Amino acid sequence: MRKCALANKNALLAAMAKTAKLYVPTDGADEKSRDVNSRLAGAYYAEWKDGAELSKKLNTTRSPKDFFFPQTENMMTFKMTGKKLEIFDTRREHENFILFGVKACDVRSFTVLDNVFLTDPVDSYYANRRAHGTIVSMACTKPAGTCFCRTFGIDAADPEGDVVCWEDAEWIYLTAKTEKGEKLMAALADVTEECADDAADAVKTLVNERLDKLPLADLKSDAFGGGKTDTFFNDPAWNELSEACLGCGTCTFVCPTCQCYDIKDFNTGREVIRFRCWDSCMYSDFTMMAHGTNRPNHVQRFRQRFMHKLVYYPENNGGLFSCVGCGRCLSRCPISMNIVKVMKKLGGNKNAE
Amino acid sequence: MLSEFKMPKEALIPVIGEVTDIRIDTPDVKTFRVVTPDGKKAFDHMPGQCAMLSVPGVGEAMFSITSSPTNTEYMEFSIKKCGCVTDWLHQMEVGQQITIRGPYGNAFPVDTAFAGKDMLFIAGGIGLAPLRSVINYCRHYRDRYGKIDIVYGSRSRADLVDYNEILTEWMTDDGINVHLTIDREEEGWDGHVGFVPNYVKELGFSTDKTAILCGPPIMIKFTLAGLQELGFAKEQVYTTLELRMKCGIGKCGRCNVGSKYVCKDGPVFRCDEIDELPDEY
Repeated sequence: MRKCALANKNALLAAMAKTAKLYVPTDGADEKSRDVNSRLAGAYYAEWKDGAELSKKLNTTRSPKDFFFPQTENMMTFKMTGKKLEIFDTRREHENFILFGVKACDVRSFTVLDNVFLTDPVDSYYANRRAHGTIVSMACTKPAGTCFCRTFGIDAADPEGDVVCWEDAEWIYLTAKTEKGEKLMAALADVTEECADDAADAVKTLVNERLDKLPLADLKSDAFGGGKTDTFFNDPAWNELSEACLGCGTCTFVCPTCQCYDIKDFNTGREVIRFRCWDSCMYSDFTMMAHGTNRPNHVQRFRQRFMHKLVYYPENNGGLFSCVGCGRCLSRCPISMNIVKVMKKLGGNKNAE
Repeated sequence: MLSEFKMPKEALIPVIGEVTDIRIDTPDVKTFRVVTPDGKKAFDHMPGQCAMLSVPGVGEAMFSITSSPTNTEYMEFSIKKCGCVTDWLHQMEVGQQITIRGPYGNAFPVDTAFAGKDMLFIAGGIGLAPLRSVINYCRHYRDRYGKIDIVYGSRSRADLVDYNEILTEWMTDDGINVHLTIDREEEGWDGHVGFVPNYVKELGFSTDKTAILCGPPIMIKFTLAGLQELGFAKEQVYTTLELRMKCGIGKCGRCNVGSKYVCKDGPVFRCDEIDELPDEY
């Protein structure tokens, strides 16, 4: 393990930025900025600039999944001349980049997405970005009331990532966990110094004490998992739970693990661009076909999202849940419906086996 | 840092397919013959598998491959006009280039579970499209299968897809019984009149056959019930599911039912497997 004085954090980030494009959590609410993201309240990932102030907020409003699975992304183009057609592969190797300060929940979300996009046949758009991204995670120090990462076996005090960091009042501690991480750490040798491997233990203990006291610390995922379709699918509680849902899809868009997408064509007049964009299983036209839809009512669509995260996905991925407990949907849902309420309602004693 | 990165092959990028023949089957079904621009078959497939066809600027949609894998020269798609992409396909002329990618999905177990069995094919309307691939595969490897019965029905005589092939090839084959039916009486039609589910019950097949059902959901529902009345077990009956698809490779989330993705775990399901899925297909 190595450490760097907090006073030298800017030098540390500068050393990282020398190796690849560096993105850091930044506070928004700059109404005059030309960058749309920075006009929003809340934090977002922005390219690091020398001397930039990092956000002190617990996490970014939107998850960092954009970096690997952007909200919209061009896939290929077509040119049509009369009856003839040409297809152009517009993919280019992505530039190297570093994501700094990713929290434990969001790091886990990349594993959840990897299971979808990197299984055969590999999604090359995602694989391209993933191969060129280095993740520097940061242990949480002040988890919030909406946090429940522990429910899914995520340790906010000891995140995964290529390089993992901990911060106390004086120091920032860093350790590499992967080959990519080792490479980055080698480039940081001049701005960091060797320290004991247990140097961050005090921070971990402190974080764990705080995690113990969170309001959602007792939320359990045991009742859910693969093979539980019959247990939950016909539960009458879905009617009540979905009743107030507006189907706006906000939860899907802030969710770090939601990965449904749409593929669309845009005709520029000169060529046709085929792009993909995020979609939501909560939308009424998501499964609409020429002869109708298999989920015509909102209860079904609402149920699909939660069943997928808590039952279907774990069934196909060795028990891994497709929720990381980041709490974004808890704070963003306009009617305050969320996965915690669903889990509490469905996973109560009646279904505990 | 990662100079060894090699861009993988991308399943979502299609190849060019040229339409070399368009056959008008019924007032709303046309069969399109597709090859690559150099005149070859775009890819190999097994009966029951599907392909994504697209018209850039209009959209992409999944279609079952109607031709048999034993046809090594080209692929055929029987397509009913019923939406944006299919409307466009119906308007195009021979020589038009479109895009094609695939094959997607599982296939009928023609070389395993079906081997040596008496086969009963039951289709309604455009439901013949995916079955034609299996039927012609079975006809090609005739000695691998027992007796073959085909029950095919549609609204009217004009709506029977691929009527000529049925008359001139299927009906003249030894050991193949073709039973045609149309919904309503019609001048010049001396065959059976009535709905497919009832006709199947009337014909009363022996229960040692393997049945494959394809057609509108309502037909499948009643025909399956009819087969069960005759004594068929769900394990003997196969059908195909159809849901909205975008990627075809189990990632975009559209065709997800329970823990299955119809695009890669289907479209072929045994009826007892369908029972295990939540009722959302």
